[in-house]
Amino acid sequence: MFPAVDVRQVCKRFGSLQAVDNVDLRIEAGEFFGLIGPNGAGKTTLINLLSGLARPDTGQLSILGHDVVTQYRDSRRLLGVVPQELVFDPFFTVRETLRLQSGYFGLRHNDAWIDEVMHHLDLDDKADTNMRRLSGGMKRRVLVAQALVHKPPVIVLDEPTAGVDVELRQALWRFIQRLNREGHTVLLTTHYLEEAEALCNRVAMLKRGKIVALDSMKNLLKSVVACRVLLRLSGDLPAVLLPQMIERADESYLLALSSFSALETVLALLREANITVLEMDLQQPDLEEVFLQVVGKS
Amino acid sequence: MKTSFTALFYKEVLRVQKVAFQTLLAPILTALLYLLIFSHVLEQHVEVYPGVRYTAFLIPGLVMMSVLQNAFANSSSSLIQSKITGNIVFVLLAPIAYEEFFAAYVLASVVRGLVVGAGVYLAALWFAVPPMLHPLWIVLFAVLGSAFLGAMGVVAGIWAEKFDQLAGFQNFIIMPLTFLSGVFYSIHSLPDFWQGLSRFNPFFYMIDGFRYGFFGASDISPWFSLAVVMACFMAMAAFTLALLSSGYKLRL
Repeated sequence: MFPAVDVRQVCKRFGSLQAVDNVDLRIEAGEFFGLIGPNGAGKTTLINLLSGLARPDTGQLSILGHDVVTQYRDSRRLLGVVPQELVFDPFFTVRETLRLQSGYFGLRHNDAWIDEVMHHLDLDDKADTNMRRLSGGMKRRVLVAQALVHKPPVIVLDEPTAGVDVELRQALWRFIQRLNREGHTVLLTTHYLEEAEALCNRVAMLKRGKIVALDSMKNLLKSVVACRVLLRLSGDLPAVLLPQMIERADESYLLALSSFSALETVLALLREANITVLEMDLQQPDLEEVFLQVVGKS
Repeated sequence: MKTSFTALFYKEVLRVQKVAFQTLLAPILTALLYLLIFSHVLEQHVEVYPGVRYTAFLIPGLVMMSVLQNAFANSSSSLIQSKITGNIVFVLLAPIAYEEFFAAYVLASVVRGLVVGAGVYLAALWFAVPPMLHPLWIVLFAVLGSAFLGAMGVVAGIWAEKFDQLAGFQNFIIMPLTFLSGVFYSIHSLPDFWQGLSRFNPFFYMIDGFRYGFFGASDISPWFSLAVVMACFMAMAAFTLALLSSGYKLRL
């Protein structure tokens, strides 16, 4: 079986800027995959290369086994892209926009699915409204609907929730998660790391066009620090625990733990030193920490 | 016929219809103003073909000028608007072959050119009724001429990065070529030098061949004009297709 997305040794340069630098990436069918990185990391360029909006200088990209350059018609039929920019055609209503988009993908009678997509994105009462009259959030919903209008097996969402309200975010993620459960592969780029953490099974981190980390969410979170504990103590931290200390504020100490079981050792050492734990807060690492650590390191 | 092509063609025609006041009615009114002024000033002074009133002579020229200018305006303005607002991305993300892209934009330009041309003709009948001796020649030159200009509009729309550049293309290339193509006169009334120069203007052959369809008379053989117009269209089509296939200014 072909991977949903296969990127092999792809490079893309714009003048002196190496936007994508020898990237290898394989996303299996059915994955919910996150692509994260700082601004200018090359996320959108990589998406543009996958969707045919840009052409690679070297390397190959394919969607479900179809090369995006030599078999572009097949690969584009399999791909639905929500672009980052809030773009729209000011001449048409929402329904006209979605019907035209269906037509571009070779679908003539697609109203049942158009209605369903509009319903899930809460666009029913805007069907006959001109695109110009929609708010920014509503226009963003139409962009999502346009990407889904041909039921693509691979869905690419390039910062789909940038600047949209909580209500849309939740409705959008419910709908996308449903599509993912039904077998659609989802590739998401986002600046909201908590979104990637909540939704993605695997994540790739990009920096200056290179992949600097690529693993399952679980392994990435484990890779930094397993967990941390914030302790308020009755006395000074014993010297033997000082190497684990990350921060100190008055009587409180933030310690790094290699695993949850290491907490037992810490508590035993405190008991030996006759120090009482006044307060304790166990903290899980989040993707943001992983991101900062990985991107900072590379 | 491929659905992608049909959808893109339909979208282009629907766009014209949505802003019909600007795309259809305004050019008809402009052509009628030309007709009103030029026929009023020159009717008594100029007789280009024996027994043909100047106003009647002028009508086919104005009709064809409107056809050509509007065919160019259609594809070029649609493309530059889509590029500047960014919505061209919806077409570029879709599985539309560049031949379909070309055919949809050019055919929509032909449709707008013909509708405006028909409108100008019908409105002009109030001033004079030119004969229509060879309707097939009329249709042939109108379709080929508007297809040539539609393709040229695609090139200009792809090349231009701002409205200013497109306006330059329109004002410094399309306008002079249409005005100096024999819309308002026969090239036989020009000095030898300008007559010779006119023969390098492809618009001259479009207007002259189109006018032959009405009067059965022309400055040069309609067959020769047809060959020139066809060759121009084929060259422009090949150039446009090559441009589209390379992704020039559309795909990074």
